[in-house]
Amino acid sequence: MTRLRPFHQASWNEPILHEQTSPGERGLLPPTVEPEIAALAGDASSALPGELRRSAPPGLPELSQPQVLRHYLRLSQETLGNDVNIHLGLGTCTMKYSPKVNEELIRSHKVADLHPLQDDETLQGILEAMWRFERTLCEVSGMERFTFQPGGGSQAVYANALMMRAYHAARGESQRDEILTTIFSHPCDGAGPATAGFKVVTVYAGERGYPDVDAIRAAVSERTAGLMITNPEDTGIFNPHIDEIVEIVHDAGGLCHYDQANANGLFGITRARDAGFDLCQFNLHKTFSSPHCSMGMPVGASGVTGELARFLPAPMVERDGASGRFYLDYDRPDSVGKLRAFHGVPATVVRSYAWVLALGGEGLREVAEVAVLNNNYLAKKVAEIPGIEISFAEGNSDRRLEQIRYSLERLQQETGLSTLDVARRTVDFGVSQYFPSHEPWIVAEPMTLEPAETVSRADLDTYAAILARVAKEAREEPELVRSSPHRSTVHYMDPEPHNDPERWALTWRAWQRKHGEG
Amino acid sequence: MPEAERAARRVGLVVNPVAGVGGRAALKGSDDPVLVALARERGAEQVSPGRAEQALEVLASDGDGLELLAAPGEMGEREARARGFDPVVVGTIGEATTAADTRAAAAAMADAGVDLLLFAGGDGTAVDVLRAIGDRVPALGIPAGVKMHSAVFAVNPRGAGEVALRFLRGNGAVGEGEVMDVDEAALREGVVSARLHGYLRVPASASRVQGGKARSAPSERAAQEALGRYVAGEVLGDGLYLVGPGTTTRAVLAALGLEKTLLGIDAVRGGRLVAIDADERTLLDLAGPGTKVVVTPVGGQGFVLGRGNQQLSARVLRRCGPANVVVVATEAKLAALGGRPLLVDTGDPELDAELSGFRRVITGPGREVVYRVSS
Repeated sequence: MTRLRPFHQASWNEPILHEQTSPGERGLLPPTVEPEIAALAGDASSALPGELRRSAPPGLPELSQPQVLRHYLRLSQETLGNDVNIHLGLGTCTMKYSPKVNEELIRSHKVADLHPLQDDETLQGILEAMWRFERTLCEVSGMERFTFQPGGGSQAVYANALMMRAYHAARGESQRDEILTTIFSHPCDGAGPATAGFKVVTVYAGERGYPDVDAIRAAVSERTAGLMITNPEDTGIFNPHIDEIVEIVHDAGGLCHYDQANANGLFGITRARDAGFDLCQFNLHKTFSSPHCSMGMPVGASGVTGELARFLPAPMVERDGASGRFYLDYDRPDSVGKLRAFHGVPATVVRSYAWVLALGGEGLREVAEVAVLNNNYLAKKVAEIPGIEISFAEGNSDRRLEQIRYSLERLQQETGLSTLDVARRTVDFGVSQYFPSHEPWIVAEPMTLEPAETVSRADLDTYAAILARVAKEAREEPELVRSSPHRSTVHYMDPEPHNDPERWALTWRAWQRKHGEG
Repeated sequence: MPEAERAARRVGLVVNPVAGVGGRAALKGSDDPVLVALARERGAEQVSPGRAEQALEVLASDGDGLELLAAPGEMGEREARARGFDPVVVGTIGEATTAADTRAAAAAMADAGVDLLLFAGGDGTAVDVLRAIGDRVPALGIPAGVKMHSAVFAVNPRGAGEVALRFLRGNGAVGEGEVMDVDEAALREGVVSARLHGYLRVPASASRVQGGKARSAPSERAAQEALGRYVAGEVLGDGLYLVGPGTTTRAVLAALGLEKTLLGIDAVRGGRLVAIDADERTLLDLAGPGTKVVVTPVGGQGFVLGRGNQQLSARVLRRCGPANVVVVATEAKLAALGGRPLLVDTGDPELDAELSGFRRVITGPGREVVYRVSS
């Protein structure tokens, strides 16, 4: 039996930096300029054009170095995540260990000191890495070209929606203004096209958890621009009719986009192009072992067929056949335009490229195999916990791919406690709160777990033991679960104020404006 | 920032002791006292007291913070004492309880200013509670009846306890839930005659499937408003349309600056009301080819036609054409069906078949869902 570790997290009740400001306090006092130099150079800020100069200093917090150091160390103590403990509860996000050696690479001056406006001639190393990694993704997916410009999976989906529109416009079929998606696909598969101006038509799942082929048939029309679908969807079930679905959409004149955010169980096993897809995207910060960095530096790699390549955003990294030199090609008249400043996040491309090189082709396939094995090992243990079930178990194989959406409906019926109560209580055992489900909830009392290839068998046993313990507590000591967490940075909070915009703001400045202080 | 300490919260409890007994005896309901006697003869046991106790068991974990008001005897007091409460007993009852007792007890609870009224029963009990309290205090149903078409019940008894506990501990956001009832006498003859009686104020997190998830009332209202503006502005045009009952369809009329008859059918042309709370005959006079019919699932069961909107009869729908039926529902409302199909029951099997299959449901601005409709 797995012993659960006694755990208690630091609770600093740390105010934000703006609230800790102390007028006049400084972290660093630069020496004053010597009079001789000042006389020669003048006032440095006068070198700036008038319209760029601030009339008042920015409202930055004023703090000493020790205050800032304490602040961030305290925050780090109030954080859980993949580098602190088991983090398999954030299903659909593919939380995996990212080798630290790759951080050394991107901190090297060879990457860190580059500037995107340098001449191509002086950027040959990074351009070659991007070019070679593009070839890698083409091999993994079967697509012809990739761009690394989108700043995440959702933006890649948005980019691909723009390319679908450009494709139809070029063929004189601008009436195609509808994008189909499915209820268990990632919400960005609807939100991306909606942002691009499409009408979004969502197909619900049939009895087995994936859409009926007939439902897709009923959904397509002469207004269909395309389909954006995740496969496997968040249920971890691979849609066995995916090729037929692609065919139906193609026959209706639409294009098909494969959201590969859930690709961790598919490396070397299936390819988007082989199933007939025209576009796809990988999330490098998920599947390709680059840290999520709190959404700070992700890359959504967007891939297309040769037919669609002319619509990709500018610039593309190209190689001159004669000289073998790499260059940035801005001459792309049919491009959908620029999606992000410069070239996205090349550092993340470097991490992912290094990760793939370390694994090789066989290693990549092993990633998928181990991720699927881990998931099915965990599934067996979790499904043995009374009150927890695998969704859509009826009529499906009891094997899933790399993740599963479970249901705690039985436990709820028995105890009244919801999956959110259980999720909060797991935090008292040192793991991050698990992800229930994307919205809207279709599976009752959902829980979505995704143990990637880098968790150990001991990790899987521990996680299952935590869930079993909390399920037992829900029956025997419900108040303990209901009022949890008790050993975390924050304790139970009433969620209702979160619905009241008067009670929160996204930034300090917005908060000040709301309350008349700004 | 911490809330100021509140006084103990008051919760009222009314148990319909005979609710549900008709179910096991296959009598389709328990509204009629004669039937209750018959059911008991058939050996049917009471179900609602046990289910009320399950909910109370959850509430009991917050015993100190709650003041419980209960109807006398088997209408609440007995169940409360069985679960360790010492309730304030409100009202009096005779030997055999009746619907009038439910109404009197519920009204007394509202007069006493309870923060929440918990009632155990089915649709008939919900109708009695609605008549007694209207929108004076929030209420929540502990599911214990035979028929539960109303959207005022928690997903199960313990869920009711949890929803109540959280509602009383938190800030108390409320939404609106339909109170529906089916005529039992007609149902026993094989005729479904459903009526939408009105709306109870219910804790926002009470809806089916959502369980303890606090789906906020403000965000659901915002979703309805956005949907209403979109449908009014971009879907319907200037022609004639018949708008069925519901809070979602109310938002369509609200977007035009019009007031909706919540329980009835209103007709709109060119942004103006041309009929208010229209009956079938009025609708037949108005409707013609191309007339659009705007409906939303009513209650907790997913019926879009044939429950609570029977004025939109098969003849009216035929005159408009089945293709002109526009179904609207927020995403949350569809999701709450837990994958069960939308239902139609117009009384005309051929028309039901035409309306069935995969249909589009408008869920928001530029958003549609392909969803199965069954008869």
